[in-house]
Amino acid sequence: MCLAVPMKLIERRELIGVAEVDGVRREVSLMLQPEAKLGDYVLVHAGYAIGVLDEAEAMITLDLLRQVAEAGEAR
Amino acid sequence: MTTPMTFGDPRAVSALVGRVVRAAGKLTRRVTLMEVCGTHTHAIAAAGLRRLLPPTVRLIAGPGCPVCVTPVGYVDRAEALARRPGTIVTTFGDLMRVPSSRSSLERVRAEGADVRIVYSPRDALQIARENPEKAVVFLGVGFETTVPTVAGALAEAEADGVGNFMVLSGHKIMPPPMRALARDPEVQVDGYLLPGHVSVIVGSDAFAFVAEEFGLPAVVVGFTPTDVLRGVETLVGCLAAGTPKVVNLYSRVVRPEGNTTARELVSRFFTTSDVEWRGLGTIPGSGLAPRPEYAHRDAGLLEVEVPEPVEPAGCRCGEVLKGAIDPPECPLFAGACTPSSPIGACMVSSEGTCAAWYRHERLAAGGAR
Amino acid sequence: MKDPERILLAHGGGGRLTQELVRELFLPALANPALATLSDSALLEKLPPGRPALTTDAFVVDPPVFPGGDLGYLSVCGTINDLAVAGARPVALTWALVLEEGLEIALLETFVRGAARAAREAGVSIVAGDTKVVPRGKGDRAYVVTAGLGVVPPGRDVGDHRVKPGDAILVSGPLGDHGATVMACRHKLGGDGLRSDCAPLAGIAELLLESGAEVHALHDPTRGGLATTCHEVASRAGVRIVLDQASVPVRQEVRGVCELLGLDPLYVACEGRMVIWVAEGEADGVETLLNNHPLGKGTKRVGRVEQRASGGAPVVLRTLYDTERPLDLLAGSELPRIC
Repeated sequence: MCLAVPMKLIERRELIGVAEVDGVRREVSLMLQPEAKLGDYVLVHAGYAIGVLDEAEAMITLDLLRQVAEAGEAR
Repeated sequence: MTTPMTFGDPRAVSALVGRVVRAAGKLTRRVTLMEVCGTHTHAIAAAGLRRLLPPTVRLIAGPGCPVCVTPVGYVDRAEALARRPGTIVTTFGDLMRVPSSRSSLERVRAEGADVRIVYSPRDALQIARENPEKAVVFLGVGFETTVPTVAGALAEAEADGVGNFMVLSGHKIMPPPMRALARDPEVQVDGYLLPGHVSVIVGSDAFAFVAEEFGLPAVVVGFTPTDVLRGVETLVGCLAAGTPKVVNLYSRVVRPEGNTTARELVSRFFTTSDVEWRGLGTIPGSGLAPRPEYAHRDAGLLEVEVPEPVEPAGCRCGEVLKGAIDPPECPLFAGACTPSSPIGACMVSSEGTCAAWYRHERLAAGGAR
Repeated sequence: MKDPERILLAHGGGGRLTQELVRELFLPALANPALATLSDSALLEKLPPGRPALTTDAFVVDPPVFPGGDLGYLSVCGTINDLAVAGARPVALTWALVLEEGLEIALLETFVRGAARAAREAGVSIVAGDTKVVPRGKGDRAYVVTAGLGVVPPGRDVGDHRVKPGDAILVSGPLGDHGATVMACRHKLGGDGLRSDCAPLAGIAELLLESGAEVHALHDPTRGGLATTCHEVASRAGVRIVLDQASVPVRQEVRGVCELLGLDPLYVACEGRMVIWVAEGEADGVETLLNNHPLGKGTKRVGRVEQRASGGAPVVLRTLYDTERPLDLLAGSELPRIC
């Protein structure tokens, strides 16, 4: 019950924002994530931002995957 | 490595599978891991991940599909509301084809009821604004990820005085059924893949009880193939080493404390209740009902005639939902009960264990019926 | 009183208002000699040699105007495309309307201009038409029903009966643009790159079929998308079809819409693409040939035909992770989901 997509917050007016992913935009409610800032990647579920992507953590995970993949190829 | 890494990268998936296989080499017996999120069921089936796992690691789906665990009586009531004069029923697409005792929302719409599919509860609220003379009922189905969005729409309705917007709550929360499963002798689960987006709301700390109370390992994971496989690898490692713990592997969106704003909004409008889970019976404190001071928002209080619910004979959805049997062990599976003519809810929702099995496992290359 | 801005019941009555509509809107836009006689039936010139092909279609779309097209353009393209994928050269089309009382005439003009444009692009005429009007509330703005007449030149034989194990499967461009664009409009998703792929395929089909390549079958993946089309072919030809997920082209914006609404691009409609079954060995040549046509940019090989194993799934996807999973036939249309 969890279809949620990370989208970049590109516009904001009080608790309503516009977020974008892959060139597709939608109005989102920021009522559940009022501290989101322009440029943040918000996790959007059913038209609401429910969380904010921690980009540093995302990079750490991607780096981990890169290492795992390289080690896998070396075997 | 020249091309950028992504969470669905096949090279990483392949390497992670290798790591799972190696970790499983240290197991002394076959282990069963359960995911409890319909979106995980879907994601795992779509990538064919089950087929990549070694035979000692069995991955099963638990009661994580909110549509599947919605009791027949709820859909019956939704239909009765749809037939009620001056009423518009708004719903997520997921519910349209769920069989009720005698019909479905899709069929009721064909008979003339005003039933509309929305992507967001805010869209349902907008319909209420545009139709002030009608009662607009939103079918609130979903777990902790979705409830805050419904609470958000209720908050807007209250603030803007949209008096004709109501919710029929079928909402449920995850920890109670997991506790019930952990205590159920029929259920043999060695570790859990925890729902990543439910955890965004409730926080990874909310699942600490799995290790603390039941001595089982659990991992909070996202929905890409690398996320799921990292979770499986961690669980297998914990089981081989005998160290039960709860690990957050979805730290890019899940915090230990979760989303407090969302949870506060939910507690403003909802309180816990004892509700029936289709196939599992009543689980105390596992549902969410509108608080008494918001009775005017509770579509469950509208007077409609709801027939006695009829549960289909022979349906073994309950055991499937507990992971006690695989779909092919149900006598109705792939015979009387198929995605195009579903009997039990496990087959209706594309996340349902039976539907996912029918679509992806049943006729896999070389697979038997 | 000045001219009506909306369709009235009288516009369907056959009298003065009907004639005004025909003379002032339909005839000028669709300009051709057969239509201009305004007789009860259009009399055509003798058909060229070959086998006549006849198709009919009904169209209704919400929203009626969308990026890349409208109900009128869509209806004529769809009809032409049914002929084109049968290997038939279009000869003439009919175009009939059931209009709802209250429809803005400006919107009707958009449909007529759209139909005329599609007909011009394909080099075919709309030779007969009809208009009926139903009372307000009894119709969804406008329904269009068409018929298309074409001729399959002698010696040309395309159809599922020719599909056999070993064949390669190609698509003439990225998938799902039409369906994703229309769904996006319905669910308030925006995106400058979202545009229906709606287009008449007569020209590109001719290019392919005259090229000398051994083409076995052609289909246009409309309702239900590529996966549904493959099911139809697998069923009729008694074969197994394997699609390669890594090869299936989908534009970024279409992926975005599908992700947000929980749709699978393999099941999303196209209205200007061909799915092509060719003899193995012809795939590379066809890919190059079609990529040089404006409507074939992005043509790609996406799968192959195999022997059907008993009890096996007829249509299968080879995932990015080298696993195989069956692609099932949809119970109904894809609904947006949040689960």
